[in-house]
Amino acid sequence: MASTTPTTTAGTTAASTPGTRSADTGEVTAPRATVNGRECGFEGAAAHTSALDWLRGLGLTGAKEGCAEGECGACSVLVARPAGDGPDAGTQWTALNACLVPAASLDGQEVVTSEGLGEPGDLHPVQHEMAVRGGSQCGYCTPGFVCSMAAEYYRPGRDTPEAGGDLVPGTDATRPVEGEGDAADDPNAPHHDPVDHDHGPNGFDLHALSGNLCRCTGYRPIRDAAFALGRPTDDDALAQRTHEPAPAPVATRFASGAGEYLRAGDLADVFALRSEHPDATLVAGSTDWGVEVNIRGVRAPVVIGIDRVPELRTFETGPDVVELGAALTLSEIEARLDGRVPLLAQVFPQFASRLIRNGATLGGNLGTGSPIGDTPPALLALEAVVVLASPSGEREVPLADYFTGYRATVRRPDELIRAVRLPLPLSPVTAFHKIAKRRFDDISSVAVGFALQVNDGVVTKARIGLGGVAATPVRALETEAALEGRPFTRETARAAAAVMRREGTPLDDHRASAAYRSAMLGTALLKLHAQHAGRTTREEASA
Amino acid sequence: MSHLSERPTNPVVGQDLPHESAQLHVTGAALYTDDLVLRTHGTLHAHPVQAPHAHARVTGLRTAPALEVPGVVRVLTASDVTGVNDAGVKHDEPLFPDEVMFFGHSVAWVLGETLEAARLGAAAVEVDYEPLPSIVTVREAIDAESFQGAQPHLERGDVETAFDGAAHVFSGEFEFAGQEHFYLETHCALALVDENGQVFVQSSTQHPSETQEIVAHVLGVPSHEVTVQCLRMGGGFGGKEMQPHGLAAIAAIGARLTGRPVRLRLTRTQDLTMSGKRHGFHSRWRVAFDDDGRLLALDATLTADGGWSLDLSEPVLARALCHIDNAYWIPNVRVNGRIARTNKTSQTAFRGFGGPQGMLVIEDVLGRCAPLLGLDPADLRRRNFYTDGQTTPYGQPVRHPERITAAWDAVVASGELERRREEVARYNAEHPDTKRAIGITPVKFGISFNLTAFNQAGALVHVYKDGSVLINHGGTEMGQGLHTKMLQVAATALGVPLSTVRLAPTRTDKVPNTSATAASSGADLNGGAVKNACEQITDRLRAVAAGRLGVHPNDVRFEDGVVHAIGGTGEQVPWAQLVHQAYFQRVQLWAAGFYRTEGLHWDSSRMQGSPFKYFAYGVAATEVEVDGFTGAYRTRRVDIVHDVGDSLSPLVDIGQIEGGFVQGAGWLTLEDLRWDESDRASRGRLATQAASTYKLPSFSEMPEEFNVSLLEQAHEDGVVYGSKAVGEPPLMLAFSVREALRQAAAAFGPAGTSVDLASPATPEAVFWAVEEARAAGEGHPDDAHVEVAAPGDPGVRPEQPDADARPMQPESERAVGAGARP
Repeated sequence: MASTTPTTTAGTTAASTPGTRSADTGEVTAPRATVNGRECGFEGAAAHTSALDWLRGLGLTGAKEGCAEGECGACSVLVARPAGDGPDAGTQWTALNACLVPAASLDGQEVVTSEGLGEPGDLHPVQHEMAVRGGSQCGYCTPGFVCSMAAEYYRPGRDTPEAGGDLVPGTDATRPVEGEGDAADDPNAPHHDPVDHDHGPNGFDLHALSGNLCRCTGYRPIRDAAFALGRPTDDDALAQRTHEPAPAPVATRFASGAGEYLRAGDLADVFALRSEHPDATLVAGSTDWGVEVNIRGVRAPVVIGIDRVPELRTFETGPDVVELGAALTLSEIEARLDGRVPLLAQVFPQFASRLIRNGATLGGNLGTGSPIGDTPPALLALEAVVVLASPSGEREVPLADYFTGYRATVRRPDELIRAVRLPLPLSPVTAFHKIAKRRFDDISSVAVGFALQVNDGVVTKARIGLGGVAATPVRALETEAALEGRPFTRETARAAAAVMRREGTPLDDHRASAAYRSAMLGTALLKLHAQHAGRTTREEASA
Repeated sequence: MSHLSERPTNPVVGQDLPHESAQLHVTGAALYTDDLVLRTHGTLHAHPVQAPHAHARVTGLRTAPALEVPGVVRVLTASDVTGVNDAGVKHDEPLFPDEVMFFGHSVAWVLGETLEAARLGAAAVEVDYEPLPSIVTVREAIDAESFQGAQPHLERGDVETAFDGAAHVFSGEFEFAGQEHFYLETHCALALVDENGQVFVQSSTQHPSETQEIVAHVLGVPSHEVTVQCLRMGGGFGGKEMQPHGLAAIAAIGARLTGRPVRLRLTRTQDLTMSGKRHGFHSRWRVAFDDDGRLLALDATLTADGGWSLDLSEPVLARALCHIDNAYWIPNVRVNGRIARTNKTSQTAFRGFGGPQGMLVIEDVLGRCAPLLGLDPADLRRRNFYTDGQTTPYGQPVRHPERITAAWDAVVASGELERRREEVARYNAEHPDTKRAIGITPVKFGISFNLTAFNQAGALVHVYKDGSVLINHGGTEMGQGLHTKMLQVAATALGVPLSTVRLAPTRTDKVPNTSATAASSGADLNGGAVKNACEQITDRLRAVAAGRLGVHPNDVRFEDGVVHAIGGTGEQVPWAQLVHQAYFQRVQLWAAGFYRTEGLHWDSSRMQGSPFKYFAYGVAATEVEVDGFTGAYRTRRVDIVHDVGDSLSPLVDIGQIEGGFVQGAGWLTLEDLRWDESDRASRGRLATQAASTYKLPSFSEMPEEFNVSLLEQAHEDGVVYGSKAVGEPPLMLAFSVREALRQAAAAFGPAGTSVDLASPATPEAVFWAVEEARAAGEGHPDDAHVEVAAPGDPGVRPEQPDADARPMQPESERAVGAGARP
């Protein structure tokens, strides 16, 4: 087994005490997952072994390592996840980067790989379209593309009988919670427009493939394959599976080699495990932790999986506040908000890729304290509040007070981020400007979140969050002051833009020069104003 | 029409077929080298010890601490080399160096029972370094006169006289970046030793024969003791032409020393930091035009950033010099080339192999000069195309130059350029904050290896007694569809259905002494060899059939699995039956085929001759939209007409054109190699050494509308079944993206604005170009304009000419008027 699991620690054979404790009986059973319909154990895997290496060790070498950091999607596989909240939610086949998640985190779960979708001579519809249209050249990225494409193929509501499904114009996909959304006319807006070239006539959203890289084809034949897909047939086993509940999480206790992977059942369990293992690393989607493990060789003695803890997966929209659980994936938030927070609806398509958003969480994005995380600038503009939980209770911290320095926050060692709250009403004029080399799936060199109230042409409230221009995400306080109480005119925008140019302390790096970052701070408000003015003009024209 | 290029009726070549492995690709069943590890018992894993200095002497190396790490089996060092400690063909690449030449250079390799053990063992190896002064940028190399290898000189006509009499003379400098291959499959080798001490290396290599030779010379054994096999590669793009050899040798050394299989697969970051890339270049140039905008003279010096060793830098540079003309007749030319030696990875082959770099220089010159000449860039390009009877600066007649014009006119028509240019003008007039532009550029690319000897190939074709056919050839499959085409060629040449033919993996013990699958030549060369082998067999079968059919052998036809007499009347003998009969007549049913490209000659010392069999042509028009606030852009539409001769496999060829275009666009607009040029300890470190920092084109960079068609009436005489090479030429169609971006940036300024654009033209670079264009206007009425300080990073902004270079201004005394700006 050692030879087939390359990342297993050598010479450490004995200390394996893998087990899964049944929630009902407390009985410990050996961890196992269902892969392509077959029960598979984790023998030989270490706690840090990725799902990718484990699957390849099983002889399923379709999934490939292209980058080991969730950037290329060559390792994409399908995992059965709940399609929504509640026991009747059904299952959504969710594509994940197998290189990033610990194999042990799949305990009790169902996985489908490219091999499980079809085989030569008996291809899955996705595989058929990819094959006949020239969607593969070297073929190395292809199994990953096939899995990402299959996830979108099975996405509930992708292609309803009403043709266009959730993409029909006039649906409320972009409706704001409160006030008037500005997403529809914004080039940064999410792609709900049915004539958008990112959507096929079959409702296929190309953003489903934004985390998959191909170096050979130039993508056109892959797009054609995606847009040619019909609906799953009635006897399609994976489609039928979506009507049943997803596998429930199990309380995994997996120890092998030098490390342990433990899955927490509920919040109390998290705190109990943490007091038992004070140095444990809490991991939800593992989209950041997986990179640490794979690229920087970091090994943790204990990893506690918190991605399925119910208290961290709250989703509530009340009259005064929207609460987003810290362990909801960004894809889940995106689907459940359904455009009701227009600023976040602009962020999501620009946040990494669908593959990452299927794992990444708000808690993780804030927990790493990165100065360039893409949600903080938007959340700062939305005046988000972080809910920190500890065994002694909860407290709320405004996000603006949360960051204290480079990757440092007010969060105490015994606390974790339980949720993020957005106060209502939302400011109606919002925009998210992400400056990066690549249009999608890139790290920002500068990110700006805007949320403005404009009453009778006067800016009554301005909140602006900035990323990538300081050691932490910051509010552009001076710029806000330069806007508030003034008419939202070009002159005001120019004057405030000059203030904003001087916010932060941008640096030179491989993503951008300091001069460019400053320049982008200087143009962002002008762009916002131009977009706003343009929209106003169009609205007047059509009125 | 030559015999080689003539097609029979109902040929299998020319049919639209998916990749021969498509079903294996999509199901994950296709095997790559690293997948074999999981089917090989007892494999050891190799991990490098990489040096943290750009340049340093190794003064001590202690392996004992690594051997203490559980699972570490062995540490490989220079003392384990039984042959020559050299990974290249130039003998300038020590496999285990005592002098570190670039940041990340591997000084030792650790073998472990697991990759984790090998990784921890590598971290435990203790190495003492004495840091040495380093040269990281090409400019530093030029200043220090740090050059290596040949310094070719290409000259035609009387350059100085032409400059003296010219209406317009411009000069400038241009430094542009290289490119990482970023094949999705990183380098990988798996070595085994059999009971006779024979070494068998499975390698992800474009050049199995050279991998074999280098493994042999490192081990100190003859080539017949080493066999190299390549099942397929997960992309190559030139990056696996030279770079796999040393890695295969490491695996082979380990396998010989331990008696166990050794697997070496680089992680993405190891691959990025250790393997060579496309050469970045520095160029300095002067150009002369007449009053009508016709090129009179070009005087240029090209300096390739070669990295720490020569690798393929000399032939890359030669090809750059041979392509600085692109599709343009330049009567007087002087080009000097040199190769900078820098403390970086040793730069190597990459799709286009210097051609793109040479052509980028002239396209940049034309793009910058057109506004100064008062000409539309498209007009300037078109009026300088080669015409019949003209020769290249190195003396090769340009055959079929009319195809450049034909492709150009086809793009103008099918792309509705006339109408869309008006639309763009209207759009730009109405939109102060965003601008659009359509760029159109041609490609003329020479096909054949510049080094004449490489233009040969072999094949082995077996016909079994049951009529089934197995073919081997010397080319490797990296996704380009070579195997698909070879199956089509064999089926066509034998007159059997495609299903009758199978193809076996590329191995050096089947076809020896092969050339790299490179220079776009795979189908031309191996197709010629496969066809030759097939025809030896059909010639023998023809005699058998003639006897049976009672006709002259010349009148026997092989068609779709049936053998019959000319005219199709009379007996129809099934192929398998004829084969069976031939076996019992003791007729040889297999053949080794060979092909050499005829008519080539090249004198590299004078840079004169006819090194290319023919030229491949193409034209692309690209429309972009630039956001003036950020410099961000979108590619709205691309129209391409490309010349592949009579296509062997249209689906494959279209795929090559599209993929090459997008890869070229990546090089020119997005992919941004950054080395640490500071004086910190990390000097020389590649800053963009992961997929998270080195960005390839993704779906968001795909043209929103992408129309590709093949040039019609394009039969190429003297090439297998009338086809043309397709691998590299389309990459250079992406110049149209860069020129469109330049024009869109210029549209933010007054008419006639000449814009410098850095390469890659990232959104930041485009933003600075927009700022430059705005600054060229009087005042800044545009709302979006902001005053910006010059950025600190010299790699970002277009370089200004050196003080001693003549500026980008018309300088002839006669140049007043004629479109010159005051």
